[in-house]
Amino acid sequence: MENALLQLSYLIGSITFIIGLKMLSHPESARKGNMVAAVGMTIAIFGTIFLYTSTDGEGAHLHNLPWIFAALAIGTVLGTVASKRVQMTAMPEMVSLFNGMGGACAMLISIMEFRRISLGMAGVETTAGKMFVIILGMMIGTVSFAGSIIAWGKLNGRIKDRAIPGGQLINFILLGGLVVLITMIVGGFMPDNTMLFYGILALAALYGILFVMPIGGADMPVVISLLNSFTGVAAAFGGFLYNNPVMLTGGILVGSAGTILTILMCKAMNRSLMNVLIGSFGGAKAVAGGGGNKEQGTAKEISLNDTAVLMAYAQKVMIIPGYGLAVAQAQHICHELEKVLNEKGVEVNYGIHPVAGRMPGHMNVLLAEADVPYEKLLEMEDANDQMGSTNVVLILGANDVVNPAAKDDPSSPIYGMPILEVEKADHVIVNKRSMKPGYAGIENELFFRPKTSMLFGDAKKVLQDLVAELKNV
Amino acid sequence: MDAIMNLFNDPATYRLMTIVILSIFLGIEVISRVPSVLHTPLMSGANAIHGVVVIGAIIVMGEAPSADYLALTIGFLAVILGTLNVVGGFVVTDRMLEMFGKKKKGKSA
Repeated sequence: MENALLQLSYLIGSITFIIGLKMLSHPESARKGNMVAAVGMTIAIFGTIFLYTSTDGEGAHLHNLPWIFAALAIGTVLGTVASKRVQMTAMPEMVSLFNGMGGACAMLISIMEFRRISLGMAGVETTAGKMFVIILGMMIGTVSFAGSIIAWGKLNGRIKDRAIPGGQLINFILLGGLVVLITMIVGGFMPDNTMLFYGILALAALYGILFVMPIGGADMPVVISLLNSFTGVAAAFGGFLYNNPVMLTGGILVGSAGTILTILMCKAMNRSLMNVLIGSFGGAKAVAGGGGNKEQGTAKEISLNDTAVLMAYAQKVMIIPGYGLAVAQAQHICHELEKVLNEKGVEVNYGIHPVAGRMPGHMNVLLAEADVPYEKLLEMEDANDQMGSTNVVLILGANDVVNPAAKDDPSSPIYGMPILEVEKADHVIVNKRSMKPGYAGIENELFFRPKTSMLFGDAKKVLQDLVAELKNV
Repeated sequence: MDAIMNLFNDPATYRLMTIVILSIFLGIEVISRVPSVLHTPLMSGANAIHGVVVIGAIIVMGEAPSADYLALTIGFLAVILGTLNVVGGFVVTDRMLEMFGKKKKGKSA
């Protein structure tokens, strides 16, 4: 009876995950979808706590309940506080960090299970299959944990990009080493050897670190999405371990959905996943230096006043937001600018590049926070269609996504990536803090083109002044 | 290799494998129709869902002998981390989506 109820709670959990993901993919139902999945998760968790009975024949209930509830309470409070406090701009880091927590959880589960086996407390005899599941869950969880922490550090600037000499070779050696060690344990040559187990753990952690380290910041969304699906797979191994359908469904759903999302993102940049993972941006600087010094004129600056006049008398303005907007927290003042221009009869749209910012949809979330209407956010293709009839393009802290080198410089590391073709418009105004290259570390020739004018300064400050100027025009 | 092959002879494993295959296709099916606006919330929502791994942590912890303090400590930590993943994931996603909702209301009003 109890087991039937438990299975029912798992079934409900699995169904809510599927329905939740489905609802999350439509703007109107997304929020409810998230709730549905959360409710299903709660049912499955409490079902486990009260109804789970051990599978070794004795049918004992779970004990240590006070400990379990204490841990649940701590996690709930910490998780709620952390996610309520986090700035909208730091969202990508937060997702990466939570992803790492999930990976670490999977890792710890495997460590406990292995310890039970090596101490001879497992009860039933351990099959090689079970060992395989434990070790793979541990390995993937560890890679995901270590990688997510590095991704988190990179996004908040604590860890700088650095190319590791021979990194590719080291990674292959690490992977080879992992295969050998796993075969030794699972193949029964050295079963339940604690040293080997922790050797795998160490190699996996090192691999996670080295795997994310050389990847450029512009590619971080892809990496987080990939690590997200890794954690899903690690959770699914837990499902195998405990014969638990809800862990399996949840984990695999996320694993496959995350993989597809990763591929969609790579497609948006017109690159293959392999290309991203090899970290071509990391080694890009030398190439960029070669390509950068041809026809490099001087960039011309534009005053705030001229910008205001130019925009006020335009018919159609397109704003192209990038990471700079997020850093400066300028989304609200950006919406303000849009409203002031609208009052003057200027049509304002936003051109959103799929990989602008640090996560897919980063710009959409940011602008939604500032109440920018949904239909003003144009996806890249629509934006490019309208570019020809646009008078002024205002680029706010975006760089690589408007770099013409992606179209006409085959030696550029971002060659082939679709970009927002801002040069089709009459005027291009670029707001940046300095002439420094963007996250990909590539010079941007756009800044030296005849149509382009530079408006230096912090996006928030510049927009505030611009709004003030516009009110006087 | 035999050991891995034996996995498939076990009816329970076979059932799990079926779930795996179906879930893979389901995940692909669900995701491939998402507008890019929702990519970040979706990734975050999926992130919360893989927090289901916390169930594994609860089971390990619940089966650990009450006097095995090392096991209890590791389990305790695992449950906290898993819960952080679940709760943090859902709350962050909700916060992102809240902004879409707010804007929707503002538009219709």
